[in-house]
Amino acid sequence: MFNNFPLWPERASSLAPGVDALYIFLVILSGFMSVLIFAFVLFFAAKYRRRPGVLAEQIEGSNALELTWSIIPMFVFLAIFVWGAALYYKMRTPPRDATEVYVVAKQWMWKFEHAEGQREINELHVPVGQNVKMIMTSQDVIHSFFVPAFRVKQDVLPGRYTITWFKATKPGTYHLFCAEYCGSQHSGMIGWIDVMEPAQYQAWLSGGTAIPAAQAGQQLFASLGCVTCHRADTQGRGPNLVGVAGKPVLLEDGRTVTADDEYIRESILNPGAKIVAGFKPIMPTFQGMVTEEQLNELVAYVKSLNQTPLNQIPKPTSVTQNNSAPSGAPQMQVQ
Amino acid sequence: MATTAVTPERANYLNAEYGVKSWLLTVDHKRIALLYLLSVTLFFFLGGFFALLIRLELLTPAGDLMQADTYNKVFTMHGIIMVFFFLIPVVPAVLGNFLMPIMIGAKDLAFPRINLLSWYLYVIGGLLILHCMLTGGVDTGWTFYPPFSTSFSNTKVVEAGLAVFVSGFSSILTGLNFIVTVHRMRAPGMTWDRLPLFVWANYATSIVMILGTPVVAITIVLVALERTLHLGIFDPKLGGDPLLFQHLFWFYSHPAVYIMILPSMGVISELITCFSRKRVFGYKFVALSSVAIAVLGFLVWAHHMFVAGMSLYAGLIFSFLSFFVAVPSAIKVFNWTATLYKGSISFTTPMLYAFGFLGLFTMGGLTGLFLAALGVDVHVTDTYFIVAHFHYIMVGGVLMGYLGGMHFWWPKISGRMYPEFWGKLSALIVFLGFNLTFFPQFILGYMGMPRRYWQYPPEFQILNVLSTAGASVLAVGYLLPMIYFVWSMRYGKPAPDNPWNAAGLEWMTSSPPPTYNFDETPVVTWEAYNYEELNKKEEVPVER
Amino acid sequence: MSDSEVAVHNPALRHHFAEVEQQRNASSLGMWLFLVTEVMFFGGMFCAYLVYRTAHFGDFAAASSTLDLKLGTINTAVLILSSLTVVMAVWAAQTGKQKALVMYLLLTIVLGLAFLGVKGVEYAEKFEKHHVPGPTFHFAGAIPGHPDHPADPRHAEMFFSLYFVMTGMHAVHMIIGIGLFAFLAFKASRGAYTPAYFTPIENAGLYWHFVDIIWIYLFPLLYLIDRHK
Repeated sequence: MFNNFPLWPERASSLAPGVDALYIFLVILSGFMSVLIFAFVLFFAAKYRRRPGVLAEQIEGSNALELTWSIIPMFVFLAIFVWGAALYYKMRTPPRDATEVYVVAKQWMWKFEHAEGQREINELHVPVGQNVKMIMTSQDVIHSFFVPAFRVKQDVLPGRYTITWFKATKPGTYHLFCAEYCGSQHSGMIGWIDVMEPAQYQAWLSGGTAIPAAQAGQQLFASLGCVTCHRADTQGRGPNLVGVAGKPVLLEDGRTVTADDEYIRESILNPGAKIVAGFKPIMPTFQGMVTEEQLNELVAYVKSLNQTPLNQIPKPTSVTQNNSAPSGAPQMQVQ
Repeated sequence: MATTAVTPERANYLNAEYGVKSWLLTVDHKRIALLYLLSVTLFFFLGGFFALLIRLELLTPAGDLMQADTYNKVFTMHGIIMVFFFLIPVVPAVLGNFLMPIMIGAKDLAFPRINLLSWYLYVIGGLLILHCMLTGGVDTGWTFYPPFSTSFSNTKVVEAGLAVFVSGFSSILTGLNFIVTVHRMRAPGMTWDRLPLFVWANYATSIVMILGTPVVAITIVLVALERTLHLGIFDPKLGGDPLLFQHLFWFYSHPAVYIMILPSMGVISELITCFSRKRVFGYKFVALSSVAIAVLGFLVWAHHMFVAGMSLYAGLIFSFLSFFVAVPSAIKVFNWTATLYKGSISFTTPMLYAFGFLGLFTMGGLTGLFLAALGVDVHVTDTYFIVAHFHYIMVGGVLMGYLGGMHFWWPKISGRMYPEFWGKLSALIVFLGFNLTFFPQFILGYMGMPRRYWQYPPEFQILNVLSTAGASVLAVGYLLPMIYFVWSMRYGKPAPDNPWNAAGLEWMTSSPPPTYNFDETPVVTWEAYNYEELNKKEEVPVER
Repeated sequence: MSDSEVAVHNPALRHHFAEVEQQRNASSLGMWLFLVTEVMFFGGMFCAYLVYRTAHFGDFAAASSTLDLKLGTINTAVLILSSLTVVMAVWAAQTGKQKALVMYLLLTIVLGLAFLGVKGVEYAEKFEKHHVPGPTFHFAGAIPGHPDHPADPRHAEMFFSLYFVMTGMHAVHMIIGIGLFAFLAFKASRGAYTPAYFTPIENAGLYWHFVDIIWIYLFPLLYLIDRHK
């Protein structure tokens, strides 16, 4: 309808209609309130304009009115809050079946790596109708992943992962902006999201000769020597990593954490931070020894171990007792 | 300076002493207010100049007027100067300084010399930022986010931070001075429930100033130390958390919005009552809503960070609280509107500004709901939507209140009347120019144009051109008052003591007031906004 | 505050106050408000400290255990003692004992300088051990109670960053306080303060107590992490 003068960007994700609905509701509500207030102001201004001999009538106020116009907005606000919160909850909770794309932002470009191994710069191909989860980190300063057509935005921080997701609903090419000021070429940090029909996407995927991220991670895992300690049995000096990802892990200090992407990342860079129960803090840090991309591949590999048939380890705590930990040793609190 | 002095027969604060020294070493709150007036005006036009540069660059999609780095420095300077050197001091330090003691019937602020010190700190901060600007500038944005500001930017972050730090102490001392003054210096009979709402508003502002400003001060010190001594407080490489900076920064910088807007709200209460010839509707609610805003304002800072990487639950809590801070603002708007009811309304320049304030603040406030609503905020935060929103509040709201107040009290300050026709014209131009500048930015933001962009995709151009056109209209609107105010100092009609027949102690002393404000300390026996009595006095000679 | 330190008796009453009582109340309220801003100022640092200490507890404990507990304790005692001498100074001013007033003020200055001296010794030791954050930083301690678990040197560096910022800011406040007392001692020796007018002494005392209290928090937070192991 507003082809030459659009009032909102294209709706190309499953989240967009919900955001637009709340937005339009708010536009109508605030439009109504503005008109109401302006009408009152203008009406009073005209009706009670100064006339000689007509005195203003002094009115102290009215508690009933004050309460009315405090409490009614409060309930309206509450409703908006719930509506907005529901949307936000959806935005912040990626569906389980989402395919994963690793994103590394740097001054001033976006680097993507698909689970299948395709790497792209400033351009991301995704299929229509598929949930895509972005696992993002930055190599330098704070950036922000913003696709207006998807109504999706998430800051990308150095030193940790942030996550967002979307499901594209309409083939096309959409802007990807960096929305957090990041230096000289901030406004040049623009990329494209290419949304393709699934068949086309498959064709695009098979076009290259990329090694899947998990497989690249496996090679790294071997070449960095991780495999000597993290063995696929109970004999290793480090925890067996098979089936760990996504499960709760019991720590040395009695806490339980979920082995999500962030935890796996932290365990590589800062192994001493959260020691698995029954193990010693002997792993060296890999800070500075792996690039952000390699880190992502390692994480992808560890997560891929869940799908192997070896996955026989029972129950949440997942990690088997290590023989080198003397039982009853006073290892109460390692961080 | 000497031109400010008019030559009436009565002794007043302007003609009490002459010479540069009598101004630079003055401890008279009214003279200090004029010093502030001069310096904030200077910074306003400097900041405005940067705003025009920004708008000119954005006239075309390509970055063609200046280099990207230059543009980044320009918007940073615009932000720092406008926020820290104009909006935060403008109403409290100029109008507040001039009026607070008079309105409560005191001879001066509680600590006159500290008041002068505040101005000097402000000037030192100002000189630092000017020096920083002239020797290379800074490109972090006024928000100084690390790790960009600590480890990546190679501009003068430390000096800019120091400027903000020093001017922060100016604001702390002003706040401290105001609070003590209101508590300890009120004239006999001036009880808390008789205080003018402008005093209430400044009191609430002062609370925010003394509680918030020290936090941003130490935060900026930490950034500076991290840059110079390589300490690792926010550096992710040392396990630091850049989000901690954002929390500390917004803990001050969100309430800082209330430092800006609350005093203007106080001005509006004075204007609307005077030109409707009425007491304010619901005095207690308007007064206490200022305090409520000041308190609630401290609980909502993280709504600037919904997409910054906070936990989901933190997002929910801060969104919830943010809606609550909207309630006292709404109460104020409703009460002002209700005050008009059955009034006797005259359309003078200050009143036109007050109407303008109502319009712009209402729109700024309502668009705040969009940003408090999490689902929509994710899409519009860090876009031009947010730029439009905070300009509606901080420029639309604060400046309308400030200019309205300047016109209202100009007769008191200068002893001269401003030209009414030009006043009305400027109010109209500012209102129209403002809307033309910033309304398109709401649409631009929802369309997805991120803020702080030097170049942008061509589909955003139409709206940007509209905005730039509006900015040039706005510039005219802001230049006009400056010209005729200066003109009126010499050629304006001499002002009577109470040209508006307004309530309030400031109108019971002469225009301009004598050095110690009152010839004898007033004793207050009436409520605030006693327009009933004033109206009777006025109407007697007319008819009936 | 400084606005009221001018003269004695009625001349001490500044023109814009109606009576001495009002002026005194104003000064003391001003001082308390100033201390509120100081609390917020240090609050920002304490907040940062607590966030990181929670996140990296073991490493912070390891770094903390390298601080000299003996010197820290001595300094705490010195500061508490100096608070006593300040109280005595206020009492002397109140009761018009001018000589005692000057003596207690000087004593406070001496104790303050002693504190700074000890702090200087501690700082020097940090330089020797390469515990000063920056390119030369080096840390090789183990987490208390876990001799085979080396602490993360990056987090230890962060501890020392916070250590220097917090104690440094505290030291700056001490220096300002000492300067203030030197000025007051000079004025007091010329008889500027009487039982009718000693607000500056009282306010400076409040300030000194505040600086003292900050240390009372800093000491356990920085020196006493996990010492029992």
